[in-house]
Amino acid sequence: MRADLQLISDWIPPNSRVLDLGCGDGALLAHLSEHKNVAGYGLEIDAENINMCIERGIPVLEQDIDQGLQNFEEQGFEVVVMAHALQQFRRPDLLLDEMLRIGKEAIITFPNFGHWRNRVHLGIKGHMPVSEFLPYNWYDTPNIHFCTFNDFRDLCQDKGLKVQRWAAVDGQLHDHWWTRLMPNLFSETAIFKVSR
Amino acid sequence: MPDTIPVDSVGLITPQVAHFDTPLVLACGQTLPNYQLVYETYGELNADASNAILICHALSGDHHAAGYHSMEDRKPGWWDSAIGPDKPIDTNHFFVISLNNLGGCSGSTGPTTVNPATGKVWGAEFPMVTVEDWVETQARFADRFGIQTFAAIVGGSLGGMQVLDWSVRYPERLQAAAIIASAPKLSTQNIAFNEVARQSIRRDPQFHDGQYIEQDTIPTNGLGLARMLGHITYLSDDSMGNKFGRQMRHDTYQYNYEVEFEVESYLRYQGEAFTKRFDANTYMLMTKALDYFDPAAREGGDLAKVLSKAQCEFLLVSFTTDWRFSPARSEEIVDALIRSGKHVSYTKIEAIEGHDAFLFPIPRYMNALRGFLSRVAKRLPKENA
Repeated sequence: MRADLQLISDWIPPNSRVLDLGCGDGALLAHLSEHKNVAGYGLEIDAENINMCIERGIPVLEQDIDQGLQNFEEQGFEVVVMAHALQQFRRPDLLLDEMLRIGKEAIITFPNFGHWRNRVHLGIKGHMPVSEFLPYNWYDTPNIHFCTFNDFRDLCQDKGLKVQRWAAVDGQLHDHWWTRLMPNLFSETAIFKVSR
Repeated sequence: MPDTIPVDSVGLITPQVAHFDTPLVLACGQTLPNYQLVYETYGELNADASNAILICHALSGDHHAAGYHSMEDRKPGWWDSAIGPDKPIDTNHFFVISLNNLGGCSGSTGPTTVNPATGKVWGAEFPMVTVEDWVETQARFADRFGIQTFAAIVGGSLGGMQVLDWSVRYPERLQAAAIIASAPKLSTQNIAFNEVARQSIRRDPQFHDGQYIEQDTIPTNGLGLARMLGHITYLSDDSMGNKFGRQMRHDTYQYNYEVEFEVESYLRYQGEAFTKRFDANTYMLMTKALDYFDPAAREGGDLAKVLSKAQCEFLLVSFTTDWRFSPARSEEIVDALIRSGKHVSYTKIEAIEGHDAFLFPIPRYMNALRGFLSRVAKRLPKENA
């Protein structure tokens, strides 16, 4: 399982109801169902991923998140998860509101655009960063709303959301004293758990 | 006509008949003292009768879902693309049952069979049957085979409604439910289409108040018209456009009411062909069964509450260009299942064929069905899995 999913899984209470937005092949939900007795649904639009979920018995719903989540009732889930996808949606701020309408807590992971290597790319070389982790060119990237660790923290503050937990990790999903000390500069992936 | 039977076909099939002598009280209040159902089976029932899949047919379907009746058959059963060895409904693992619903016209008791009380053909005297009545007869049928629990029940359109009803009427009797291109109830527009179909039959002078068989005639005009209308609603604008466009019979306009455009010829042919294989009274009955179906009404319109009784895993499938049973209608069922915390997966398949898409072997659709049922197969005893 992807390391960030392992980390998310540790933050999810046993026996809870989870909605996984952009659930991929269902790895997180499969893990949660097996180890934490978590029941949940995944949302996905990729055909292969959907079929993978169906085959492994993970409840998956073909639904475009950009078209809204109005079909989910208020506070129907303990946790709503969005791993590495927030930056791909039209209005991440409104999506965050929706996540916390549907769920008591939201767990979000995203690539930190403030990482020093991105800054070097942009600040010194003068190009949009392309890396192993973010392999797209500016014109074909699905990542249309990049933000930094600090940007997201500020958004939560502006919205009056409580940051329950956060983690700032390197490309291998390890945290170090330096990623903790200066997350905006040294973390490649940011992980937040927020609530109202 | 197949020269040889394809390897992934269930092969040559002989329909069978099951008689039932326990009176059946129908939703409409009438009682049938006895009745018969014609059916086909594919694959082998295992020792503990745990590998059965029931196929529920739609409006104009019947028991002949797969295989051939003879080497002279032009076409196999209506869902041959999905049923057979190594197909999504895999007869290597499953024992598949397909029956002609009560009120049908393919051999089961219905308007074209004889009413034992009068010795005459039932015709329009045949009582109204509902989706709930069908589920009841299907359950009795399962009892006959010693099938306590179906591995899965599968159906598209009106067939999907039967699956939905099964999941809450006998929740302990199925492990998996596949509801394809269906709806929790008909929309107003759907009922309206059905009414036009019925009126076109009823207003045909050959209808004779539904006793046309006694008069040795058939309301072919009315039934054909009903089918033409229905057929348009089962296709999408794009699929008709792709198939016919504005192709003409002649190079120039004829300025008369004969066939100008190929689509007219196609519709006339479809309408006429249908009258040769389908009974007008059955057609009307089926449309009424569609209209009456509304399980949520039992709980004040709360579908989630009705579905809270269900115990099986669900697969819902819809098709993008289906406007007769649009994706939004399937999503109503999905949302209600989520609200009641049920195990459900849903996929919306890109397809040009409109409502008819559920009969086509569209790869993504077939894969979803295959994946869903492969999970069910894994739970079977070793001999079948």
